[in-house]
Amino acid sequence: MGFLSNWFKSSESSSDIAKSRLKLAITSDRAVCSPELMEQMKNDIIKVISKYVDIDTKGLDIKVTRTELDDESGTVNAVLASIPIKDKRPFRG
Amino acid sequence: MGEVIVITSGKGGVGKTTSTANIGTGMAMMGKKVALIDTDIGLRNLDVVMGLENRIVYNLVDVVENNCRIKQALIKDKRYPNLYLLPSAQTKDKTAVTPEQMKKLTSELRNEFDYILLDCPAGIEQGFKNAIAGADRALVVTTPEVSAVRDADRIIGLLEANDINKTHLIVNRLRADMVKEGNMMSSDDVVEILAIDLIGIVPDDEHIVISANNGEPLAGSDCQAGQAYMNISKRILGENVPYLDLEVTKTFFQRFASIFKR
Repeated sequence: MGFLSNWFKSSESSSDIAKSRLKLAITSDRAVCSPELMEQMKNDIIKVISKYVDIDTKGLDIKVTRTELDDESGTVNAVLASIPIKDKRPFRG
Repeated sequence: MGEVIVITSGKGGVGKTTSTANIGTGMAMMGKKVALIDTDIGLRNLDVVMGLENRIVYNLVDVVENNCRIKQALIKDKRYPNLYLLPSAQTKDKTAVTPEQMKKLTSELRNEFDYILLDCPAGIEQGFKNAIAGADRALVVTTPEVSAVRDADRIIGLLEANDINKTHLIVNRLRADMVKEGNMMSSDDVVEILAIDLIGIVPDDEHIVISANNGEPLAGSDCQAGQAYMNISKRILGENVPYLDLEVTKTFFQRFASIFKR
């Protein structure tokens, strides 16, 4: 019976689940500002960028995390933003 | 000038005290003069793990309050004459010592010892701040469990914020069989998440319990945990030691049984 139930289980092992849950938890632990502040900043960033290009607010991802410096001299807190643009050729002038 | 190393973890019960006792013993076995300081005021543990609980006269609080000289409070180890313990106070509360007093104490001990190991209490409050105050470097102990790893990440952030930039990771209580089955994060997984350098992997070993029962650290002994701790001590002293092969070799019967245990 044991190996049968194993057969039907999802392929993801419990250590994989632990790893991905941890990564998420730690990312939010490392965030330096409160969720409300994050939301405000996010809205302001959207406002400013929308002046220039049409952005996809659904696919938008802005977070504050600890990141390794390029020259490996240490870590800093950094705002990482991924903001998809709807227009295929945005800067036509 | 001696080096001051804090052993910390955030979460309790992951093996800080055991690691402090064994790494210190390992260093002493290699001829270094070592002082172990139990900084967990109110909950002293390192003395029983070292088997020195019956020899305590003065403690850490007595030293910082100038009730005695440092030398009077330091207890010589049973087996290694170059290993000493400064026990914590059992009765006082954790506000009895300040970070400034800890800095002063460790700076005085630097002249006498090659290494000063500080066994840090769990948590991130006063006791943690005291323990890291005088430290040059840190060893962060974790087990491959979500709660312990998450707390370790918090601790690493706090160490950085306090300008302790030489921080290494010890993954404790690893079970190679569970890692192999995909039911425990590997040391590589933990290193990937925490993004700091590894200095040791200690397997889950019942000899650790026995050694604590007897009050005799097992660094250097024949078992896997004893070897793992000795290797950590050597790495701290700058030796390049390869990691142990923790692969468990199952007997035919165990393999057969494990098929049915699923």
